[in-house]
Amino acid sequence: MTEASPATIGTAGTHGDDCAFVILTLADQLCGVPVLAVRDVLADQSIARIPLAPREVAGNLNLRGRIVTAIDLRERLRLPPRPVSAPFMSIVTEQGSELYALLVDQVSEVLTLKRSAMEANPPTLPRIWAEHSHGIYRLEQRLMVVLDVERLLQLDIAIAVAA
Amino acid sequence: MDDLIAEFLTETNEALADLDLALVKLERTPDDQATLGLIFRLVHTIKGTCGFLGLPRLERVAHAAENVLGRVRDRELAAAPGVITAVLGALDRIKLILFALAASGAEPAGDDAACITALEHAATGQAAPPPAPAAEAATEATAADHPPAEVAAGAQTIRVGVDVLEELMTLVGELVLTRNQLLQISRAEGTNLFTAPLQRLSNITTDLQEGVMKTRMQPIGNAWNKLPRLVRDLAHETGKKIELDMRGQDTELDRQVLELMRDPLTHMVRNSADHGLETPDLRRAAGKKEAGTIRLNAYHEGGHILIEVADDGRGLDVAAIRAKVLSKGLATEAELAAMTEAQVRHFIFRAGFSTAAAVTAISGRGVGMDVVRSNIERIGGTVELTSTPGQGSCFTIKIPLTLAIVSALIVKASGERFAIPQISVLELVRVGGVGGTAAAIEQIGGAPVLRLRNQLLPLVSLGALLRLQEVETKADNATVVVTAVGSGMLGIVVDDVYDTEEIVVKPVAPILRHVTMFSGNTILGDGAVIMILDPNGVARGAGLSASRDRKDGESGSAQAARSDDGMALLLFRVGGQPAPRAVPLNLVARLEDIPREKIEFSAGGAVTQYRDKLMPLIAMDEGGADASGATQPVLVFTDGERSMGLMVSEIVDVVHDKLNIELGAARPGLLGTAVIAGEATDVLDTGYWLTQAWRDWFGSAQGTQSRRRLLVVEDSDFFRQLLVPALAAAGYEVTAAASAAEALRLRDGGLQVDAIVSDIDMPDMDGLEFARRVRAGDGAWASLPMIALTARGAPADEARGREAGFTDYCQKSERDSLLASLQHCLTEQVLL
Repeated sequence: MTEASPATIGTAGTHGDDCAFVILTLADQLCGVPVLAVRDVLADQSIARIPLAPREVAGNLNLRGRIVTAIDLRERLRLPPRPVSAPFMSIVTEQGSELYALLVDQVSEVLTLKRSAMEANPPTLPRIWAEHSHGIYRLEQRLMVVLDVERLLQLDIAIAVAA
Repeated sequence: MDDLIAEFLTETNEALADLDLALVKLERTPDDQATLGLIFRLVHTIKGTCGFLGLPRLERVAHAAENVLGRVRDRELAAAPGVITAVLGALDRIKLILFALAASGAEPAGDDAACITALEHAATGQAAPPPAPAAEAATEATAADHPPAEVAAGAQTIRVGVDVLEELMTLVGELVLTRNQLLQISRAEGTNLFTAPLQRLSNITTDLQEGVMKTRMQPIGNAWNKLPRLVRDLAHETGKKIELDMRGQDTELDRQVLELMRDPLTHMVRNSADHGLETPDLRRAAGKKEAGTIRLNAYHEGGHILIEVADDGRGLDVAAIRAKVLSKGLATEAELAAMTEAQVRHFIFRAGFSTAAAVTAISGRGVGMDVVRSNIERIGGTVELTSTPGQGSCFTIKIPLTLAIVSALIVKASGERFAIPQISVLELVRVGGVGGTAAAIEQIGGAPVLRLRNQLLPLVSLGALLRLQEVETKADNATVVVTAVGSGMLGIVVDDVYDTEEIVVKPVAPILRHVTMFSGNTILGDGAVIMILDPNGVARGAGLSASRDRKDGESGSAQAARSDDGMALLLFRVGGQPAPRAVPLNLVARLEDIPREKIEFSAGGAVTQYRDKLMPLIAMDEGGADASGATQPVLVFTDGERSMGLMVSEIVDVVHDKLNIELGAARPGLLGTAVIAGEATDVLDTGYWLTQAWRDWFGSAQGTQSRRRLLVVEDSDFFRQLLVPALAAAGYEVTAAASAAEALRLRDGGLQVDAIVSDIDMPDMDGLEFARRVRAGDGAWASLPMIALTARGAPADEARGREAGFTDYCQKSERDSLLASLQHCLTEQVLL
């Protein structure tokens, strides 16, 4: 399992119009998260599940003595669940003073893209995607959705909808 | 040097450095109330500390400076340069004295008259103080040839930033994880060269972890160790006799939290001693012992640390607070009229508020309670206040457990581990197992219960409750963790119990706050993240109401113990009748299935040998025992040595519902009919059946009364739970109190009743003392009829009771005479 080290991510900062994204896959969809929002990328973490938690909350993990709440992005974006034995990776991000790990299928690379090249969400994008995305990039091969991490962590809305 | 002095020097030097900056800032912005408040508090603290450390020179200078600042704060004086100069002069003087104090350990001789005069001039607003004291002090300082500000504290301790400790803690956490990985690899490899050094590394890591943890935690006793001296000196100064009772000193607090709590606690104790407690003369006159008590108590509760500061003094004078609020213009008369007493009392936490008529050197300047509140709130805590006129006040500080370490029991349910705070674990009971020696979990209508000595313990299965599994816990090989929930108990069924472990409690993520069953989460020694259970939350989740908590009663909620609150009721059927019958579960000691051949008949009654004694068995209906089946279900009632069994045909369920008897009894043996779980249910008159078994247990009678309100004060759970439904059935609205103190709190909480029935023999405050307190003064209940309930019947006892203020005297066992007496007293009262 490849693990993108924070050091390589750190060198790919932002300059003027450039913005670096951590590229990840979620049920075959390419997504991106601004590199500045990412603290760590982890692979093969053991996650302790939390009873009675909302279903998006996969559990807790221990990151060097800090407890990190893991959010399964597949559940969060109402995608089909990941096969039980399939590998996954986590992107650790901080909100307030809390750490959250976003569980994704695969983290591949860091790409630096022009901010101005980002396009608005097409109006036909499903609501759940449109609500949690800043926009779209047309990469050479595929389309990449820029995820809105802040919105993804606002679980209250999702809980209210589910309830 | 005295430890106290050393610490005082360190603290005061820090405060002085802050003061210099703040004063200069104030001179530039004279209207800055926040800066002014800060300056005033710092000087006040210095003065207060000097006072009890016995440093008269410092105290006089600080007191004079404080006077000036007090006038500035009250806007009677402008923060003109002359005033600031005078105060700065006083600070220089304080530094000078501190410097000498650090060198010699004692206050040097010297005359501060010039400095104090300058301050007095400044305070009265007179211009141009005579010879500039600052200059004079400066000369002296130069003469000493050392800058006075740099006073070194003892070398045994160093100050380390908490962030450094935090980082250490994180690093140690990582070390532990790495160690664990190494150990795992080593185990997989089998014995090799690394085994021994790795073991050593492992031990050192554990020690290091403990050491680093320890650096952050301190027992709260550390913040209290100055208090005995403080109290002694205060007692001396005020001519009062004060006892300081400290409990829970070992409760560990995060160092940072502890530091922030130190000042508020000192202020509160000082306030209690100065304002709360009366002089010995007044106390004697009020019928209290001469020495007043200040009680400090710290303990963990439901994910928080609670610190109580209580005194048995005069209590807060609500009328005085009202008057003060009006005179200070903090609220209008109309606003005040709409407030409850508790709301009015809360005004003492406002800045600039003080009810002491005279400003003493100890307190009464209105700093204190607002500082207390702001300090507590800064660390996310709350402070609450209860007060009873004539009986004292109690401040309860609640600090979140965020940074605290607790000892927890690690348990396993459905493959997951959880921590249960040790503080709420009463005992562990092993159930099931091979050979049948252990207790077994029994089901009543699907609700699991456990017979635990003389109680029926309601159980919840942790796995089922947390929806970790759908199936019911199998009754074999489980462990019941008996936990204290409010004043009751709850058994939590788990699969396995590991060990106890010291855990650092971390709050759960905000998105999980709504799951109330957890009070936090933690990382175990092996790096695993587990959830910490909150037993109170578990009880709520299981549908057990905590509304009848002892705690609620103590906080003065008059509604807490009403008979029409919900209670657990056992439903059963007798002799082929379709309608279920109910009895309060608390009254039932045990449920037994007695083999039919063990039932014997003697003197016309059924008996069985039960725990080496003969226990009478009573059939509920005239048809006698229902003879089908090999065993006879029996409800066992116990009181002390005596037991009796009530034969029923089937036990149906345990439900939690209000016991509200709507129809009177149509026949003896039933209290009446109530709607329980949506069905009309006959409620058992336990007293009647007890007398059937033991003639001298109780008399029985029924009467109808208008809905009068009664207070029953009875320490025995058994009699209380027997009396309340019986009196309720007789038409009274009954409130129960488990102690005289609780009853008095209910009175002060505003509970209105028409008559009081009280036990005589009670721990702490007996019925006689209770009657005297009720009769004393012009309390709300002073003229109510009071009926004493006692096992003693001697005429001398009765005379003593009447002397104490009881209206009538009844035997505990004679219910008709109690009902007759109540009727008599209440009719008489109406006629009056």
